[in-house]
Amino acid sequence: MTDMTPDPIAERRRWMAVLARAEADEIAALLAALPPLPPHERLRAPETGLVMVRGRAGGDGGAFNLGEMTVTRCAVRIGGVVGHAYVAGRDKRQAELAAALDAALQDPARRAALMDGVIAPLDARQQAARDAEARRAAATKVEFLAMQTTR
Amino acid sequence: MTALTPGFADPVLDAQAAFRAVLEAMSRPGRVQRAGAGLAPPAPLMPAAAAVLLALADSGTPLVHDGGEDADAWLRFHAGAPVSPTLAEAAFVLATGAPPALSALGTGTEEEPERGATLVVQVASLAEGDGWRLIGPGIEREHRLAVEGLPPGFVQAWTANRALFPRGVDVVLCAGEHLAALPRGITIAEG
Repeated sequence: MTDMTPDPIAERRRWMAVLARAEADEIAALLAALPPLPPHERLRAPETGLVMVRGRAGGDGGAFNLGEMTVTRCAVRIGGVVGHAYVAGRDKRQAELAAALDAALQDPARRAALMDGVIAPLDARQQAARDAEARRAAATKVEFLAMQTTR
Repeated sequence: MTALTPGFADPVLDAQAAFRAVLEAMSRPGRVQRAGAGLAPPAPLMPAAAAVLLALADSGTPLVHDGGEDADAWLRFHAGAPVSPTLAEAAFVLATGAPPALSALGTGTEEEPERGATLVVQVASLAEGDGWRLIGPGIEREHRLAVEGLPPGFVQAWTANRALFPRGVDVVLCAGEHLAALPRGITIAEG
Protein backbone atom coordinates (compact mmCIF):
# COMPACT_ATOMS: atom_id res chain seq x y z
CA MET A 1 0.00 0.00 0.00
CA THR A 2 1.43 3.36 -0.94
CA ASP A 3 1.58 6.06 1.69
CA MET A 4 1.42 8.75 -0.95
CA THR A 5 -2.25 9.48 -0.45
CA PRO A 6 -2.21 13.12 0.60
CA ASP A 7 -5.65 13.22 2.19
CA PRO A 8 -5.99 11.20 5.41
CA ILE A 9 -9.76 11.67 5.39
CA ALA A 10 -10.10 10.24 1.89
CA GLU A 11 -7.97 7.27 2.89
CA ARG A 12 -9.99 6.65 6.03
CA ARG A 13 -13.18 6.92 4.03
CA ARG A 14 -11.82 4.29 1.66
CA TRP A 15 -10.96 1.74 4.35
CA MET A 16 -14.26 2.36 6.14
CA ALA A 17 -16.10 1.74 2.89
CA VAL A 18 -14.18 -1.49 2.25
CA LEU A 19 -14.88 -2.72 5.80
CA ALA A 20 -18.55 -1.81 5.52
CA ARG A 21 -18.89 -4.00 2.43
CA ALA A 22 -16.97 -6.97 3.85
CA GLU A 23 -18.43 -9.96 5.71
CA ALA A 24 -17.53 -10.45 9.38
CA ASP A 25 -16.06 -13.90 8.61
CA GLU A 26 -13.88 -12.50 5.82
CA ILE A 27 -12.48 -9.79 8.10
CA ALA A 28 -11.89 -12.22 10.95
CA ALA A 29 -10.13 -14.73 8.66
CA LEU A 30 -7.73 -12.06 7.39
CA LEU A 31 -7.15 -10.72 10.90
CA ALA A 32 -6.30 -14.19 12.18
CA ALA A 33 -3.12 -14.21 10.10
CA LEU A 34 -1.89 -10.95 11.65
CA PRO A 35 -0.71 -10.13 15.17
CA PRO A 36 -3.82 -9.64 17.33
CA LEU A 37 -5.36 -6.19 17.62
CA PRO A 38 -4.97 -4.47 20.98
CA PRO A 39 -8.05 -4.78 23.21
CA HIS A 40 -10.69 -2.16 22.64
CA GLU A 41 -13.29 -0.55 24.86
CA ARG A 42 -16.85 -0.21 23.59
CA LEU A 43 -18.02 3.41 23.61
CA ARG A 44 -21.23 2.48 21.86
CA ALA A 45 -22.01 -1.21 21.75
CA PRO A 46 -23.15 -2.46 18.34
CA GLU A 47 -26.77 -1.46 17.82
CA THR A 48 -29.12 -1.88 14.90
CA GLY A 49 -31.48 0.78 13.67
CA LEU A 50 -33.09 2.25 10.61
CA VAL A 51 -31.82 5.18 8.60
CA MET A 52 -33.80 7.03 5.99
CA VAL A 53 -32.10 6.90 2.62
CA ARG A 54 -32.64 10.09 0.68
CA GLY A 55 -31.86 10.42 -2.95
CA ARG A 56 -32.91 11.56 -6.37
CA ALA A 57 -34.36 8.66 -8.30
CA GLY A 58 -35.14 10.33 -11.60
CA GLY A 59 -33.06 12.58 -13.82
CA ASP A 60 -34.42 15.72 -12.23
CA GLY A 61 -36.10 17.02 -9.13
CA GLY A 62 -34.92 17.24 -5.56
CA ALA A 63 -33.93 14.49 -3.16
CA PHE A 64 -36.77 12.59 -1.53
CA ASN A 65 -37.08 9.76 0.96
CA LEU A 66 -36.37 6.59 -1.01
CA GLY A 67 -36.91 4.28 1.94
CA GLU A 68 -35.42 3.03 5.15
CA MET A 69 -32.49 0.69 5.41
CA THR A 70 -31.19 -1.37 8.31
CA VAL A 71 -27.86 -0.14 9.60
CA THR A 72 -25.70 -1.38 12.48
CA ARG A 73 -23.32 1.04 14.09
CA CYS A 74 -20.58 0.71 16.66
CA ALA A 75 -17.93 2.92 18.23
CA VAL A 76 -14.90 1.62 20.10
CA ARG A 77 -11.77 3.10 21.59
CA ILE A 78 -8.21 1.78 21.42
CA GLY A 79 -6.06 3.93 23.67
CA GLY A 80 -7.07 7.48 22.85
CA VAL A 81 -8.25 6.73 19.32
CA VAL A 82 -11.93 6.29 18.53
CA GLY A 83 -13.01 4.02 15.70
CA HIS A 84 -16.46 4.15 14.13
CA ALA A 85 -18.37 1.80 11.90
CA TYR A 86 -21.71 2.09 10.16
CA VAL A 87 -22.50 -1.03 8.18
CA ALA A 88 -25.58 -2.12 6.25
CA GLY A 89 -27.55 -5.00 7.73
CA ARG A 90 -27.72 -6.35 11.24
CA ASP A 91 -24.33 -8.03 11.66
CA LYS A 92 -23.11 -6.74 15.02
CA ARG A 93 -19.87 -8.71 14.81
CA GLN A 94 -18.98 -7.07 11.52
CA ALA A 95 -19.73 -3.62 12.94
CA GLU A 96 -17.52 -4.19 15.97
CA LEU A 97 -14.67 -5.64 13.90
CA ALA A 98 -14.90 -2.74 11.46
CA ALA A 99 -14.89 -0.19 14.28
CA ALA A 100 -11.90 -1.81 15.99
CA LEU A 101 -10.04 -1.92 12.68
CA ASP A 102 -10.91 1.71 12.01
CA ALA A 103 -9.35 2.66 15.34
CA ALA A 104 -6.27 0.49 14.73
CA LEU A 105 -5.82 1.82 11.19
CA GLN A 106 -5.59 5.37 12.50
CA ASP A 107 -2.40 4.37 14.31
CA PRO A 108 0.47 4.98 11.84
CA ALA A 109 2.51 2.19 13.44
CA ARG A 110 -0.11 -0.44 12.59
CA ARG A 111 -1.54 1.02 9.44
CA ALA A 112 0.79 -0.46 6.82
CA ALA A 113 0.46 -4.05 8.06
CA LEU A 114 -3.32 -3.82 8.36
CA MET A 115 -3.72 -2.15 5.00
CA ASP A 116 -1.67 -4.89 3.30
CA GLY A 117 -3.10 -7.74 5.36
CA VAL A 118 -6.79 -6.84 5.54
CA ILE A 119 -7.93 -3.86 3.51
CA ALA A 120 -6.05 -4.59 0.27
CA PRO A 121 -7.24 -8.23 -0.06
CA LEU A 122 -10.82 -7.24 0.81
CA ASP A 123 -10.70 -4.39 -1.68
CA ALA A 124 -9.33 -6.68 -4.41
CA ARG A 125 -12.08 -9.24 -3.74
CA GLN A 126 -14.80 -6.62 -3.81
CA GLN A 127 -13.37 -5.12 -7.00
CA ALA A 128 -13.26 -8.57 -8.63
CA ALA A 129 -16.88 -9.22 -7.64
CA ARG A 130 -17.93 -5.86 -9.09
CA ASP A 131 -16.03 -6.55 -12.32
CA ALA A 132 -17.57 -10.01 -12.67
CA GLU A 133 -21.03 -8.54 -12.17
CA ALA A 134 -20.30 -5.81 -14.72
CA ARG A 135 -19.11 -8.39 -17.23
CA ARG A 136 -22.25 -10.48 -16.76
CA ALA A 137 -24.37 -7.43 -17.33
CA ALA A 138 -22.29 -6.34 -20.32
CA ALA A 139 -22.81 -9.74 -21.96
CA THR A 140 -26.55 -9.08 -22.15
CA LYS A 141 -26.15 -5.63 -23.69
CA VAL A 142 -28.21 -5.18 -26.81
CA GLU A 143 -26.69 -3.22 -29.68
CA PHE A 144 -29.42 -1.52 -31.65
CA LEU A 145 -28.37 -1.24 -35.25
CA ALA A 146 -30.36 1.90 -35.88
CA MET A 147 -28.82 3.69 -32.93
CA GLN A 148 -25.33 2.72 -33.97
CA THR A 149 -25.73 3.95 -37.52
CA THR A 150 -27.26 7.26 -36.61
CA ARG A 151 -24.59 8.03 -34.07
CA MET B 1 -8.38 16.59 25.94
CA THR B 2 -8.80 13.10 27.34
CA ALA B 3 -10.28 10.21 25.45
CA LEU B 4 -14.00 9.53 25.31
CA THR B 5 -15.42 7.21 27.94
CA PRO B 6 -18.43 4.92 27.49
CA GLY B 7 -21.96 6.06 28.27
CA PHE B 8 -24.68 3.81 29.67
CA ALA B 9 -23.59 0.17 29.78
CA ASP B 10 -27.07 -0.85 28.61
CA PRO B 11 -28.44 2.12 26.66
CA VAL B 12 -32.08 1.02 26.86
CA LEU B 13 -32.44 -0.20 30.45
CA ASP B 14 -30.10 2.36 32.01
CA ALA B 15 -31.81 5.24 30.20
CA GLN B 16 -35.18 3.91 31.39
CA ALA B 17 -33.89 3.72 34.97
CA ALA B 18 -32.58 7.30 34.78
CA PHE B 19 -35.88 8.46 33.28
CA ARG B 20 -37.73 6.73 36.10
CA ALA B 21 -35.51 8.48 38.68
CA VAL B 22 -36.27 11.89 37.15
CA LEU B 23 -39.98 11.04 37.00
CA GLU B 24 -40.00 10.05 40.68
CA ALA B 25 -38.02 13.17 41.61
CA MET B 26 -40.40 15.43 39.67
CA SER B 27 -43.52 13.82 41.10
CA ARG B 28 -42.22 13.92 44.69
CA PRO B 29 -40.32 17.20 44.82
CA GLY B 30 -37.68 17.27 47.51
CA ARG B 31 -37.34 13.49 47.71
CA VAL B 32 -33.82 12.40 46.81
CA GLN B 33 -33.48 9.72 44.10
CA ARG B 34 -30.47 7.82 42.80
CA ALA B 35 -29.36 7.85 39.18
CA GLY B 36 -26.27 7.21 37.13
CA ALA B 37 -24.68 4.47 39.25
CA GLY B 38 -21.78 2.98 37.33
CA LEU B 39 -21.60 5.87 34.90
CA ALA B 40 -18.14 7.43 34.51
CA PRO B 41 -18.58 10.77 32.73
CA PRO B 42 -15.60 13.08 32.28
CA ALA B 43 -14.98 15.68 34.98
CA PRO B 44 -16.65 17.95 35.98
CA LEU B 45 -19.83 16.01 35.15
CA MET B 46 -21.41 14.10 38.03
CA PRO B 47 -22.97 10.68 37.35
CA ALA B 48 -26.53 11.80 38.18
CA ALA B 49 -26.35 14.91 36.00
CA ALA B 50 -24.84 12.88 33.16
CA ALA B 51 -27.56 10.23 33.49
CA VAL B 52 -30.31 12.87 33.38
CA LEU B 53 -28.91 14.35 30.17
CA LEU B 54 -28.28 10.96 28.54
CA ALA B 55 -31.85 9.94 29.29
CA LEU B 56 -33.58 13.18 28.32
CA ALA B 57 -31.44 15.16 25.88
CA ASP B 58 -31.36 14.24 22.19
CA SER B 59 -31.08 15.84 18.79
CA GLY B 60 -34.32 17.75 19.36
CA THR B 61 -33.28 19.47 22.59
CA PRO B 62 -30.70 22.28 22.34
CA LEU B 63 -28.28 22.14 25.24
CA VAL B 64 -26.10 24.73 26.96
CA HIS B 65 -23.49 23.67 29.50
CA ASP B 66 -20.38 24.99 31.20
CA GLY B 67 -18.59 21.65 31.52
CA GLY B 68 -15.70 22.34 29.16
CA GLU B 69 -14.25 20.46 26.20
CA ASP B 70 -14.25 16.89 27.54
CA ALA B 71 -17.82 17.11 28.77
CA ASP B 72 -18.83 18.68 25.47
CA ALA B 73 -17.33 15.86 23.42
CA TRP B 74 -18.88 13.25 25.72
CA LEU B 75 -22.36 14.80 25.69
CA ARG B 76 -22.32 15.32 21.96
CA PHE B 77 -21.25 11.75 21.30
CA HIS B 78 -23.63 10.01 23.70
CA ALA B 79 -26.63 12.35 23.85
CA GLY B 80 -26.31 13.93 20.41
CA ALA B 81 -27.86 17.18 21.62
CA PRO B 82 -27.01 20.27 19.56
CA VAL B 83 -25.43 23.23 21.30
CA SER B 84 -27.97 25.99 21.69
CA PRO B 85 -26.87 29.36 20.28
CA THR B 86 -28.38 31.25 23.19
CA LEU B 87 -29.27 30.47 26.78
CA ALA B 88 -32.89 31.46 26.20
CA GLU B 89 -33.36 28.90 23.39
CA ALA B 90 -31.88 25.96 25.30
CA ALA B 91 -34.18 23.11 26.32
CA PHE B 92 -31.62 21.86 28.81
CA VAL B 93 -29.03 23.88 30.68
CA LEU B 94 -26.36 22.10 32.68
CA ALA B 95 -24.50 24.10 35.31
CA THR B 96 -21.45 22.40 36.77
CA GLY B 97 -20.41 25.63 38.46
CA ALA B 98 -22.51 28.66 39.34
CA PRO B 99 -25.92 28.32 37.64
CA PRO B 100 -27.15 31.09 35.32
CA ALA B 101 -29.97 33.36 36.50
CA LEU B 102 -33.33 31.57 36.24
CA SER B 103 -34.75 34.66 34.51
CA ALA B 104 -32.22 34.24 31.67
CA LEU B 105 -33.65 30.83 30.68
CA GLY B 106 -36.56 30.07 28.39
CA THR B 107 -39.83 29.87 30.33
CA GLY B 108 -42.10 28.75 27.52
CA THR B 109 -45.25 30.60 26.52
CA GLU B 110 -48.77 30.68 27.96
CA GLU B 111 -49.88 28.47 25.05
CA GLU B 112 -46.89 26.11 25.29
CA PRO B 113 -45.57 26.18 28.86
CA GLU B 114 -43.89 22.81 28.25
CA ARG B 115 -41.24 24.66 26.25
CA GLY B 116 -39.76 26.02 29.46
CA ALA B 117 -36.15 25.01 30.00
CA THR B 118 -34.92 22.39 32.46
CA LEU B 119 -31.93 23.52 34.48
CA VAL B 120 -29.67 20.74 35.75
CA VAL B 121 -27.48 22.06 38.56
CA GLN B 122 -24.63 20.20 40.18
CA VAL B 123 -24.49 20.94 43.89
CA ALA B 124 -22.22 19.84 46.71
CA SER B 125 -24.80 17.82 48.63
CA LEU B 126 -28.49 16.99 48.92
CA ALA B 127 -30.21 15.78 52.09
CA GLU B 128 -33.81 15.17 53.07
CA GLY B 129 -35.34 16.16 56.37
CA ASP B 130 -33.69 19.51 56.92
CA GLY B 131 -33.29 22.91 55.28
CA TRP B 132 -35.90 24.25 52.82
CA ARG B 133 -39.62 23.61 53.30
CA LEU B 134 -41.18 22.65 49.99
CA ILE B 135 -44.93 22.99 49.44
CA GLY B 136 -46.89 22.23 46.30
CA PRO B 137 -48.29 19.50 44.04
CA GLY B 138 -46.91 16.05 44.89
CA ILE B 139 -46.32 16.98 48.54
CA GLU B 140 -48.91 16.14 51.21
CA ARG B 141 -47.85 18.67 53.86
CA GLU B 142 -44.27 19.70 53.33
CA HIS B 143 -41.01 18.11 52.27
CA ARG B 144 -37.73 19.33 53.63
CA LEU B 145 -34.62 19.45 51.49
CA ALA B 146 -31.17 20.70 52.45
CA VAL B 147 -29.07 21.78 49.47
CA GLU B 148 -25.45 22.82 49.76
CA GLY B 149 -23.71 24.63 46.94
CA LEU B 150 -26.39 26.89 45.47
CA PRO B 151 -25.61 30.60 45.16
CA PRO B 152 -27.27 32.98 47.64
CA GLY B 153 -30.42 34.48 46.22
CA PHE B 154 -31.58 31.23 44.61
CA VAL B 155 -34.75 31.11 46.71
CA GLN B 156 -35.66 34.70 45.74
CA ALA B 157 -35.06 33.85 42.07
CA TRP B 158 -37.17 30.72 42.53
CA THR B 159 -40.03 32.74 44.01
CA ALA B 160 -40.00 34.95 40.90
CA ASN B 161 -39.93 31.80 38.74
CA ARG B 162 -42.88 30.33 40.71
CA ALA B 163 -44.90 33.50 40.05
CA LEU B 164 -44.68 32.88 36.28
CA PHE B 165 -46.67 29.61 36.55
CA PRO B 166 -47.70 27.89 34.25
CA ARG B 167 -44.60 29.24 32.54
CA GLY B 168 -41.26 28.77 34.24
CA VAL B 169 -38.08 26.75 34.59
CA ASP B 170 -37.83 23.29 36.16
CA VAL B 171 -34.71 22.53 38.17
CA VAL B 172 -32.99 19.20 38.75
CA LEU B 173 -30.40 19.29 41.53
CA CYS B 174 -27.66 16.67 41.26
CA ALA B 175 -25.01 15.69 43.77
CA GLY B 176 -22.88 12.69 42.87
CA GLU B 177 -25.33 9.85 42.20
CA HIS B 178 -28.22 11.61 43.94
CA LEU B 179 -30.78 13.93 42.45
CA ALA B 180 -33.83 15.89 43.54
CA ALA B 181 -36.15 17.99 41.42
CA LEU B 182 -37.89 21.32 41.83
CA PRO B 183 -40.74 21.43 39.33
CA ARG B 184 -41.99 24.94 38.61
CA GLY B 185 -45.15 24.63 40.74
CA ILE B 186 -43.26 24.24 44.00
CA THR B 187 -43.03 26.96 46.67
CA ILE B 188 -39.83 27.10 48.68
CA ALA B 189 -39.71 28.56 52.19
CA GLU B 190 -36.34 28.86 53.83
CA GLY B 191 -35.53 27.01 56.99
